[in-house]
Amino acid sequence: MKRDTGLIRPRDAAPELKRVERRLLLKTGLSLGALTMLTGCNLSDGDEVDRALFAMSRFNDRVQALLFSKTRLAATFPASRITNPFRFNAFYDEDDAPEIDASDWKLEVSGLVDDKTPWTLARLRTMPQENQITRHICVEGWSQIGEWSGVPLHLFLKKIGADTRAKYVGFKCADRYYSSIDMPSALHPQTILALDFIGKPLPTEFGFPMRLRIPTKLGFKNPKYVVSLFVTNDNPGGYWEDQGYNWFSGS
Amino acid sequence: MSNAASRPARGRSVLVHPLIVRITHWVNAFAIVCMVMSGWQIYDASPLLPFAFPPFMTLGGWLGGAIAWHLAMMWLLIANGILYLGYGLASRHFKRSFFPLSARGVLSDFRSALHFNLSHTPGVYNAVQKLLYLAVLLLGILAFLSGLAMWKPVQFEWLAAALGSYPSLRWLHFIAMTGIVGFVIIHLALVIIVPRTLPSMITGRVRMDDKAGMRHEA
Ligand code: HEM
Repeated sequence: MKRDTGLIRPRDAAPELKRVERRLLLKTGLSLGALTMLTGCNLSDGDEVDRALFAMSRFNDRVQALLFSKTRLAATFPASRITNPFRFNAFYDEDDAPEIDASDWKLEVSGLVDDKTPWTLARLRTMPQENQITRHICVEGWSQIGEWSGVPLHLFLKKIGADTRAKYVGFKCADRYYSSIDMPSALHPQTILALDFIGKPLPTEFGFPMRLRIPTKLGFKNPKYVVSLFVTNDNPGGYWEDQGYNWFSGS
Repeated sequence: MSNAASRPARGRSVLVHPLIVRITHWVNAFAIVCMVMSGWQIYDASPLLPFAFPPFMTLGGWLGGAIAWHLAMMWLLIANGILYLGYGLASRHFKRSFFPLSARGVLSDFRSALHFNLSHTPGVYNAVQKLLYLAVLLLGILAFLSGLAMWKPVQFEWLAAALGSYPSLRWLHFIAMTGIVGFVIIHLALVIIVPRTLPSMITGRVRMDDKAGMRHEA
């Protein structure tokens, strides 16, 4: 499933592109994400099934939003339970992980926020840091326990004057990955902009210089190499979400 | 069935499977097949044992498609399960059809089954059937609870904690699936051995053969 779908796709991509993409996706099986872009195409039987599954996936988003509790915390573990070695996972090989120069890096902030000043790594380090040892659960079924620390996202959102009545927080990454989460999950106390992994700055393979760590969602909702954060009312989707993984994917 | 009495006794048709049981049974059969096949595709993304299910036995095409199938069919199964369990309890169908059940009854019916002369009375399950049906009900509940705990290990942490850690939930779910598939294999084998039971599970009725009464030899 290591497909490169290019840069963050605008929703109004050319129809030709849509069709090519759709064919690619159907080849690998049912894809729900492609349906968001299906307009004016003849629907074959397979597409009808896709549509029903896609509708059920949106229904499951709503059910999960209802089940979600702002105060219920993911289980935490003692340091002795940390998985070693921790596994690298991405839509490309480990050698291709982006190597980011900390002095060049800035976190862009945009959307429904008051203060859009980009953030340096040093400035993020001046914010209160939160530490957690939690289980990282992959959509594939494996899981590992790791330790992350960083800035609680709710404090960061407050600091930049984000409209926390908005629906979504979106993330764009240096490796062209992207994802988004619902605002209640963004405000959860265990959702952090992680800078450290097991007491040291994030290593390249785990998202240096900053990744989202959100133990109330599956692994693919924890984007690495984040370069841009934005607050919006239009669902920004995500790299895997647009290909058919359930968008909410809460734990 | 009151009007059946006015008809000649021979060829009388008797209701043996209530409509709700028949509908929920076939909806369940469809949903279980979808759940098992999409579940195998999900398993293949990160196998627990050193084998993977061949693609032709799976549903969904890839992990994303399989999860979409699994979590959509889950709702059909839940709705159907509530209907069946609710009916089974409220109408005393479970009590009437699955009980009494004794170890001795199971042993003797199992022995006669091995000799291919198990009695099969339409509308009355033998002890082996009763045991199998109760077992698959419990396995279904185990699969449901372990699946729910894996889907929501944080929101339903009490459930996840009661059943074990996240990795052991996967095993529990896998074991429940294996039990259900084992049941289906035996279940289908029994239907093949006593094919007469199949039409009645569709129409709900059997024609009584007066001479043989309600007893048939399998
Ligand atoms: C498509 C394959 C299936 C066929 C052909 C089939 C056939 C039958 C038949 C003929 C009966 C009635 C037996 C009798 O009257 O003695 C029955 C009952 C039953 N079957 Fe199936 N079945 C299938 C799939 C399943 C599956 C997948 C399950 C559950 C996992 C299941 C669970 C049951 C249960 C619990 C009963 C008893 C229902 C009650 O009285 O409440 N069956 N089946």
